[in-house]
Amino acid sequence: MTQMSIAEAIREGIREEMRRDPAVFCIGEDIGIPGGFGGAFTVTLGLSDEFGHERILDTPISELGLAGVAVGAAMAGLRPIADVQYSDFLFLAMDQLVNNAAKMTYMSGGVAKVPMVMRAPVGATARGSQHAQSLEAFFCHVPGLKVVAPATAYDAKGLLKSAVRDDNPVIMFEHKLLYGSKGPRTERGALSPVGEVPDEDYVVPIGKGIIRRPGKDVTIVGKLLTMYRALAAAEELAKEGIEAEVIDPRTLVPLDKELLLESVKKTGRLVIVEEDNLTGGWAGDLAAIVADEAFFWLDAPVKRVSAPDVPPPFAPVMEQFYVPSVERVVAAARALLGK
Amino acid sequence: MADSQLQLSLYRSMLTIRRFEERCNNLFMQGKIPSTLHLYIGQEAVAAGVCAHLTADDYATSTHRPHGHSIAKGVSLRSIMAELYAKRTGCCKGKGGSMHVGDMTVGMIPAIAIVGGNIPLTTGLALACKRLGQGRVAVGFMGDGATNEGAFHEGLNMAAIWDLPAVFVVENNLYAASTPVGVTFKIQDIAQRAASYGMASDICDGMDVLAVYEAAGRAIARARAGGGPTLLECKTYRHCGHSRSDPRTYRPKEEETDWATRDAILRMAAHLKEAGLVTGESLAQIEQEVMAAVDDAVAFAESSPSPAPEEALEDVFWGEGPVPFAAAASGGVR
Repeated sequence: MTQMSIAEAIREGIREEMRRDPAVFCIGEDIGIPGGFGGAFTVTLGLSDEFGHERILDTPISELGLAGVAVGAAMAGLRPIADVQYSDFLFLAMDQLVNNAAKMTYMSGGVAKVPMVMRAPVGATARGSQHAQSLEAFFCHVPGLKVVAPATAYDAKGLLKSAVRDDNPVIMFEHKLLYGSKGPRTERGALSPVGEVPDEDYVVPIGKGIIRRPGKDVTIVGKLLTMYRALAAAEELAKEGIEAEVIDPRTLVPLDKELLLESVKKTGRLVIVEEDNLTGGWAGDLAAIVADEAFFWLDAPVKRVSAPDVPPPFAPVMEQFYVPSVERVVAAARALLGK
Repeated sequence: MADSQLQLSLYRSMLTIRRFEERCNNLFMQGKIPSTLHLYIGQEAVAAGVCAHLTADDYATSTHRPHGHSIAKGVSLRSIMAELYAKRTGCCKGKGGSMHVGDMTVGMIPAIAIVGGNIPLTTGLALACKRLGQGRVAVGFMGDGATNEGAFHEGLNMAAIWDLPAVFVVENNLYAASTPVGVTFKIQDIAQRAASYGMASDICDGMDVLAVYEAAGRAIARARAGGGPTLLECKTYRHCGHSRSDPRTYRPKEEETDWATRDAILRMAAHLKEAGLVTGESLAQIEQEVMAAVDDAVAFAESSPSPAPEEALEDVFWGEGPVPFAAAASGGVR
């Protein structure tokens, strides 16, 4: 076991996969330039020393182009790990991801495969509206894409490895406040969880969620940063004698629906916490699943704790208001218990 | 110059595309083929001349107008026709349709019907060709309109900076749907754009299959030899409209008549006769064989089964079973 930040864990995951399979390569902006950043959040720092610039491939600022290159390379036998500096830039690459990567297998009647990974940092971090969005729901909506969102170092490395080995396109969302990037790329106010990561090869299977904290009174679902908000809320609630169960789905598509439904059937109450804004979001979809398949086990309405329907604001006081706080999660859970 | 055997095969390739699509048009009018059709009639020399240099190990990408490229690249007439008929035996098992025909086993990527979307993807295919080092090339076909997409700029620039074995073939047929090139280009030749990427370029008569063959040969040889990508502009013309609902009222009649006299198939037939490579009888023989192949494709398509509706749930993820649907019907009641 080694103690690692998420950035370090992903880096080691990439390193091990690149050593294991010569078809794996990284493609992105500022990822391997000597003296450069190693990606926007240092994940690929130093990898070009070991693998060279053909396999840590720096591109022009061409998000649509690099996504398309990744799709083509994947179809012809390589296994690209592409990344964008901020998930907001994925909008530039939507045609390649949504119309090509997600649909090639289907349109070819199951013959063509696109084994690529697209990594993208999400989360509001005092950068204003265009470097702050949480885009998970956009991609969950696209048939043909798998979507993962690790919140711990163990999961980040294990899911990265699963994503690389998967024969389908996988979008991996990472949270800027969870990376633990060092040096000038350190994020102010970062949570930067450090966790134990096995030294031997392991994977975290795509499609399996995990109970982060068991409880019997209310289920709280959170992913990425909001998983930590959920855990902090559970801690607060425990002081009041409320036992909250915290679920981290880890994979968003395909969703570990059984884990969610079992928990709700046990607690009878559900709070879903997400950093994205409310309307058309991921939380609404989870609420619908529970309403559809576990309605008669519910003892209270399902609560969504999301950002308001506004673009992410810049001023830290507004941004803190925007991102779901521990207090809002606690208040939602209390309300469901009539407290 | 292509040898006589090859010249005959170029002629046959063009004729196959022409007769196949004329039949498609016919079948569409009879209501046997659902959806729309984007026909390639008039531009056959480009697909035939370029693909004659490719093997099944090379890649080609196409557009919403992919029948010609697919036929020239070796996708079977049967599987294309069955796809147009929306049959299970189609090259996409009925999930693609006219605008997505392709066949990975012959290197024909399922066609990409978003204008310009195939360009960066072609660069990616070429990147893999170079990295895997098997001397393969990737060819991306596009219309003049696609060269005004941002994807063209990003895709060509990356192919150039990495010296990839790619050939970008622009079929300049003077119109993007109904909009003439004069409205959307300030330059005379689209091939000029290659200079801004430091990329080789060439221009050829896209209504002359031998000219296309020669120019494509140079570009593909350069790519295979590690000399990097080429932007090849083929000046061509489509005898039919953009799609089946297009009455072509935006085109001058004299222009259409003029280009009709330059028809690539008529010219090649005349050339073959003049050069003494064929007789009228052998041309008739080729015609018969081509028609028989088209008849066979139609018969195959008509006798093939339709997919079951729920086959829509299959092939979403590679190597995985159907996606769940309506599973909640039984699970929600206590």
